[in-house]
Amino acid sequence: MATSATVHSHAAPQGFIRKYVFSLDHKVIGLQYYFLALVAVFVGMFLSLLMRIHMIWPTAVLPLIGEIKPETYLQLLTMHGTIMVFFVLTTAPQGGFGNYFLPIQIGAPDMAFPVLNMLSFWTTFVAFVVLICAFFVTGGAPLHGWTGYAPLSALTNSGPGEQLGADLWITSIAIFCIASLMGALNFITTTLDMRAKGMTMFRLPLTVWAWFITAILGLLAFGVLLSAGILLLLDRNVGTSFYVPLVVVNGQVMGHKGGSPLLWQHLFWFFGHPEVYIAILPGMGVASQLLSTFARKPIFGYKAMVYAIMAIGFLGFMVWGHHMFMSGMSPYSAFAFSIMTMAIGVPSAIKTFNWLGTLMHARIRFQTPMLYAVGFVSLFVSGGLSGPFLAQPTLDIPLHDTAFVVGHFHLIMGVAAIFGMFAGTYYWFPKMFGRMMNETWGRIHFVITLIGTYCIFMPMHYLGMAGQPRRYSQFTELNYLHNLIPLNTFITYAAIITISAQFIFVINLFWSMFKGPKASDNPWQATTLEWTTATPPPHDNFGGVTPVVYHGPYEYSVPGAKQDFILQTDPAGATAH
Amino acid sequence: MGLALLAIIWLITFVSTYFFAAKTWWLPHGAAASAQWIDSQFALTYALMGIVFVAAQVALGWLVWRYQDKGPSQPVKYTHGNTKLELIWTTLTAVLFIGLNLMGSSVWAAERFEPAVAGSIPVEVTGMQFAWYFRYAGPDGKFGATQPKLMDPSAGNEAAIGLDTSDAASKDDVVTGTMYLPVNREVDLHLRSVDVIHSFFVPSFRFKQDAVPGLEIHMHITPTEIGDYEIACAELCGLGHYKMHGMVHVVSQEDFDKWMAAREAEK
Amino acid sequence: MSSISPPIPVDVLKGGRGGPTPPKSGGDGYRGDGSPNYGQRLRRARLGLIVGLASVTMIFVSLTSALVFRQGLPTFDPTTSSYVRDWIPLNLPVALLVVNTVLLLFSSLSAELARRQVTRQAALAPVHSIPGVSLGNERQFPWLAVTLVLGTGFLAGQWMAWREMADRGFYVATSASSSFFYLLTATHAAHLGGGILVLLYAAGTSLLHRPVEKRRIVVDVTAWYWHFMFVLWIYIFALLWFVK
Repeated sequence: MATSATVHSHAAPQGFIRKYVFSLDHKVIGLQYYFLALVAVFVGMFLSLLMRIHMIWPTAVLPLIGEIKPETYLQLLTMHGTIMVFFVLTTAPQGGFGNYFLPIQIGAPDMAFPVLNMLSFWTTFVAFVVLICAFFVTGGAPLHGWTGYAPLSALTNSGPGEQLGADLWITSIAIFCIASLMGALNFITTTLDMRAKGMTMFRLPLTVWAWFITAILGLLAFGVLLSAGILLLLDRNVGTSFYVPLVVVNGQVMGHKGGSPLLWQHLFWFFGHPEVYIAILPGMGVASQLLSTFARKPIFGYKAMVYAIMAIGFLGFMVWGHHMFMSGMSPYSAFAFSIMTMAIGVPSAIKTFNWLGTLMHARIRFQTPMLYAVGFVSLFVSGGLSGPFLAQPTLDIPLHDTAFVVGHFHLIMGVAAIFGMFAGTYYWFPKMFGRMMNETWGRIHFVITLIGTYCIFMPMHYLGMAGQPRRYSQFTELNYLHNLIPLNTFITYAAIITISAQFIFVINLFWSMFKGPKASDNPWQATTLEWTTATPPPHDNFGGVTPVVYHGPYEYSVPGAKQDFILQTDPAGATAH
Repeated sequence: MGLALLAIIWLITFVSTYFFAAKTWWLPHGAAASAQWIDSQFALTYALMGIVFVAAQVALGWLVWRYQDKGPSQPVKYTHGNTKLELIWTTLTAVLFIGLNLMGSSVWAAERFEPAVAGSIPVEVTGMQFAWYFRYAGPDGKFGATQPKLMDPSAGNEAAIGLDTSDAASKDDVVTGTMYLPVNREVDLHLRSVDVIHSFFVPSFRFKQDAVPGLEIHMHITPTEIGDYEIACAELCGLGHYKMHGMVHVVSQEDFDKWMAAREAEK
Repeated sequence: MSSISPPIPVDVLKGGRGGPTPPKSGGDGYRGDGSPNYGQRLRRARLGLIVGLASVTMIFVSLTSALVFRQGLPTFDPTTSSYVRDWIPLNLPVALLVVNTVLLLFSSLSAELARRQVTRQAALAPVHSIPGVSLGNERQFPWLAVTLVLGTGFLAGQWMAWREMADRGFYVATSASSSFFYLLTATHAAHLGGGILVLLYAAGTSLLHRPVEKRRIVVDVTAWYWHFMFVLWIYIFALLWFVK
């Protein structure tokens, strides 16, 4: 491999605290984010298990937990959503894998601002702790849903948990916003300024493009959520009326007047919609990367994929009103938002066609990472195609705030994005830990999870069409919901099985870290820069040498080449891409 | 493994599609004028998305089976894509999605851009934690004033919405906990909320609208079949959200008039 | 490492195909010979600042939209069953705010002078390493300290403006207009306060005799941040004036 002038490498840190706790090394920080998300996802899954049990057996008394009251259900629901969206979906794909592999994939020795990187992780950690504290204060966690609509979230007497619990919830989110902005700053600066020689923007792996655009979305969106949260804290604690008009709670006239509940929705969803793209884009990047690697074929339409990611990011800022069709917003605005929303389906479709195109005339290897990548495509198709229903305001009338929406976003965020994380884990595990994860247990986990999650979330579309509203703690009060209880019961059983199966993954993960078969530096015979360096990568990623890049990231099965892949850093090669 | 993947993906696809096609769980029978248009737009979207769903999943399953690695001599087509193909499928997708949306836009316009017709019967719907109240204007056709400080949910009906009895127009206002509507007559709904956001959802009418404090939202519906239809609250409003329900009784015009007269007599 | 038969010469840096070419040296802030590449680090710090300021801008964009939305919003009055507008015009202490603006303007000027001063010092740094050579006049005018004093003066003036508004009967929760007044000015003050802390850090690096090139990066980035804070204040003042 050609080398440029030797890079001055910084001495690796000594001591446990500098090495593992307050490390400035993006690889350690990446793992910290990943393990934080792993803890969060198990907490979040446990909450959803309790929710599903309550929906079917509302009067059940559980060991250690006792009876779950309707308000408890809503508290579980709120925390489930908040933990999953923020501390899993925004943390692991971006903060976890992005932090670990973005610098390596672009040929840089670390992130642009390592101290800021370290701070952004620990700030995220503090945010998580503050959020969990909400469970343990008087009144408990808030019950207003992860979307926190005012005035429910703005009035301290609107329900249990809406006092200190709600304040902690908002504070946690505000801290998370700051952590994310710090991270976004780092990702963007690093991608723009620290690419190795020859690593032009159009030679970046699609994972890097995804992390880069995701960071831009985060940069522009989280500030708005921060503002929204500050206004909510003021309404709750200082008596302002940003969101609360004149209201009467339980016969008591509250001191607010003139505020607008719709203002919260506009601010929240202006953040909230880019947030869901933040959750899915890294998974799309991983899917593209893995499909190409394991199909031994360049990604079909690399440039189109890049433009599609950009289009999704850009349009993602113009569609927030589609969450508000029923809110009392002007119907003319609703029409405009719905056109933009249908438009955003187009780049998503392009990506799907290109994934399929990558598989055509390929030579597909089915190691576990590839299974998850294929699963991702299937889930993205399923979850994505319920979008055009919701995007039309007319059809949103019967479907808004029903289980149909819950099925839609869970298939995409709750399953497809998670499959992106599973795929990334199995794929990058050898590079991070020097060992391979167990293939057999990986396959078992994949099959159970794929079928299990479809069994949980596909039926929710039927329930939504039948009129089952979301966030109902039980279905005993409305006659027309009684017929839907059997299907809900089926979903609960599927959830119990699927959640249990996730322990297979965790056991595989930790067991393989210590006992898995040793991995070579490039077990998948992949082309991107992380596979050119030692396992695990040294402190400065490339052992004192700056990589030089000669090719695009997906040079597989190049005619005339000796092997069916060409490393990006390989100077020889029959292509000018 | 390719065959196993194909089997799993096709199985999931066909089972899901079966239940969609068999309408085992489906939209309830439509009993309002708008249901017909909404349902036909739904059916169109559903057919088109269904075709795309089946095609994409079947293709995915087939591709992973057909092109699995059978040995080093298997030819792989080295290509970075096909720009012409990209343009074609981008255009087709855009036409499909945006066309579909535009087709449904006239329904939305009829539902929401126009106010209620003259001669429609005004009904005020007020949501509060955790009940719906319905107010009829009575013979004078005017709703009387309400005062926030007069609201007393424990006393029900008039007191719950804080009816100001000193206002002349409120003398003939009828406030009930169940909704009665005459069939085939347009209703001009005035949606209000007293505390937090609720949502007035009648699945059989294909009607849903958030009731937002600080706003009075006007919507119109025309029930077309006599019967009893449940109301569900469709926006999280607190611990009683799941039991904040009501009932709409759609009756003939005579029965409605009789019912109104009885309510007026009670006052 | 894979070996592929006869290397086919390829033009590596095909800029047209690949997009903007990345920096030529290693991206880690050091030159090839191991000495720090301060020019690259300064560029990177400035890039980081621009990116960061985009997020600060979004905070104020969202607060502005909230204000515009709220100002134009009629609210439903259940007693009269009609919509009323309740935006109460503010009685701003304009003279005081103008004085604060002038203070901030001068602080921006002194920050710029500090920035240019340290740039010159950094450019001349190699001269100092020649033994026996002196540029004379080793004590430079403390523009950084002036900025700190003026900036703190601005914050004190803002505090006085809040007291004045309270005296005029406009507290945080008095009306939507007053809420936005305090919100916008406090958010700006918080960000300016952060800038002051960084200035103190810059002063600290000077007193601790850190390399002047490092100090230059800190002062440069802080000065640009400071200018942004000044422009932002002009915007906020104008906004409050026009919606009052």
